[in-house]
Amino acid sequence: MKAPDLAAFLFRRLLQAALVMFVISLVGFSIQDNLGDPLRELVGQSVSEAERDALRDQMGLNDPFLIQYGRFITRAVQGDLGTSYFFKKPALEVILDKFPATFELVLVATCIIIGFSVPLGVYTAIHRDSLITKIIMGFSIIGISVPVFLTAIFAIYIFSVLLGWMPSFGRGDTYALPWGWESGLLTLDGLEHIVLPSIALSSIMLPLFIRLIRAEMMEVLQTEYVKYARAKGLRTRRVRYVHALKNTLIPVVSLGGVKIGTLIAYTILTETVFQWPGMGFLFLEAVNRVDTPLIIAYIIIVGLIFVISNTLVDLIYTWINPTIKFVGGDR
Amino acid sequence: MSTISRILQSDLFYRFSRDKVAMGSALVVMLFVVVAALSPVLAPQNPYDLTQLDILDSELPPRWQDGGDERFLLGTDHQGRDMLSTIMYGTGISLMIGVFAVLLQAFIGISIGLVSGYIGGRVDAFFMRLADIQLSISTLMLAIVALAVFQAAFGSELYQDLSIIMLIMVIGIAEWPQYARTVRASVLAERSKEYVDAARVIGLPKRHIMFRHVLPNTLSPVLVISTVQIAEAIITEASLSFLGLGMPVTQPSLGSLIRSGFEFIFSGTWWITILPSLVLIVLIFSLNLLGDWLRDALNPRLYKKT
Repeated sequence: MKAPDLAAFLFRRLLQAALVMFVISLVGFSIQDNLGDPLRELVGQSVSEAERDALRDQMGLNDPFLIQYGRFITRAVQGDLGTSYFFKKPALEVILDKFPATFELVLVATCIIIGFSVPLGVYTAIHRDSLITKIIMGFSIIGISVPVFLTAIFAIYIFSVLLGWMPSFGRGDTYALPWGWESGLLTLDGLEHIVLPSIALSSIMLPLFIRLIRAEMMEVLQTEYVKYARAKGLRTRRVRYVHALKNTLIPVVSLGGVKIGTLIAYTILTETVFQWPGMGFLFLEAVNRVDTPLIIAYIIIVGLIFVISNTLVDLIYTWINPTIKFVGGDR
Repeated sequence: MSTISRILQSDLFYRFSRDKVAMGSALVVMLFVVVAALSPVLAPQNPYDLTQLDILDSELPPRWQDGGDERFLLGTDHQGRDMLSTIMYGTGISLMIGVFAVLLQAFIGISIGLVSGYIGGRVDAFFMRLADIQLSISTLMLAIVALAVFQAAFGSELYQDLSIIMLIMVIGIAEWPQYARTVRASVLAERSKEYVDAARVIGLPKRHIMFRHVLPNTLSPVLVISTVQIAEAIITEASLSFLGLGMPVTQPSLGSLIRSGFEFIFSGTWWITILPSLVLIVLIFSLNLLGDWLRDALNPRLYKKT
């Protein structure tokens, strides 16, 4: 990997990220402009028409589009995304307060997905026709067919309502880390609360990854270099788990990148079912209350998380995949 | 030879008739479609007609449970609506939104894929980049944000009247890349074939070649993904309705029915949530099985392998 190539690649990737953020900011701005009247939120109904006009001028609501958009961007970059109508606090602060809850949920779900999909995918690829493989593949078809919110509802219904084993909503006790991060992973109660939501969140992704890893692994095991490694006398175990597995994981990383957006959408569903106090749950509440600054803040923050994680995944992908070309690498 | 006997003698139908899973899932899907289409005739009650509802009948359990009522096989919801009728009507709404959204997806996607694949160059690069970005953002996320904004902008009352159209539009527009990519790939394969060259040599206009000659040859992969796309669209619609961004409770799809029941799941009225959930799962599962089979049957590469 030569340095200039990497720089060109990075530049292109950042350009794309900037483009996506630009579109998101336009969406955010147009919402701010069209949802409700900021003046009415401020002064109520009792002000005369002339005074309103004067105030409009003063607030810059009559300025041309570009100037208003410029102001919006300047403030947004400085971290000012407006004040939530409902919480009467800066929207960014309200959103970021909920970030740890969502992050920990996604973290545990990701651990479940990676921790189970790799061994199960490899196993089902090697033992193609065993009974266990058939059971796993059967479950994976069911898993893909059941929407996330239904898995969540059935989990609650079976384990909370019928059996009473598991808590059904919320995060439970949290432990405050020194930098203001409320963690639910450090208390027993918190861990108990995260089990069902994280399983529900991973319920579609897990079978998807198992199937992908299985298909890739089966293909890789047929390739010449694997046959050669065996013929050379390398141990089967080493061929499978070092040489074959390594190349299986490249498309897996790529799929992971594509699925980040879906995972964020699933957090909204999971958090709604379990009343998990995260960003997705907050977002839906904000929609129902028409809390415009909070809606905008959510879209921008999620957009940012999405763009950053996607860029990172792309970087990892190019780093681990030796066949990729940086410049002019368009297929 | 008539069309029907041509279908019956085709290779596809032969393999279909030999495959129990395909037959079974097709049967289930057909059953859902017929029952949903005939629900105004078959359903014991019209759940939209408020005069037929009696609040005294509300939250009755299914007939086989203690306290069940003769008139309501699957019980009633908290407004006194017969669950069986409501599920039948709701399945109809879910299927309708799914099918129309997929028609819209196919229309947009095929157009873009055709143009992108046939013209190539910068146009192609632009659309495919756009498709990459849109796929990574995910349909569900786009739909959630778009519908949330619409709902906040229109107010929830006006939104309720528009929700069917909004859902079809949003799911239809957001999912175009699937079709565009599929069609583009087959257009690229077709473009270099001799019949296209021949058409070009005799001076046919580009548009004519694209729509009359290339397009018909790209439709089999379109058919393959359509079944799965309908299942996906139904899942998306159900998810959106469950979040309260889709169909209103007064005219529920399966998703909004599940949402309205979920509020009461802790009070023991399980049937309002669980029954429509099971219907939704069986419907999606059958569609997916059918789609899987269709993909295997129409994919020549796999055909050779087996």
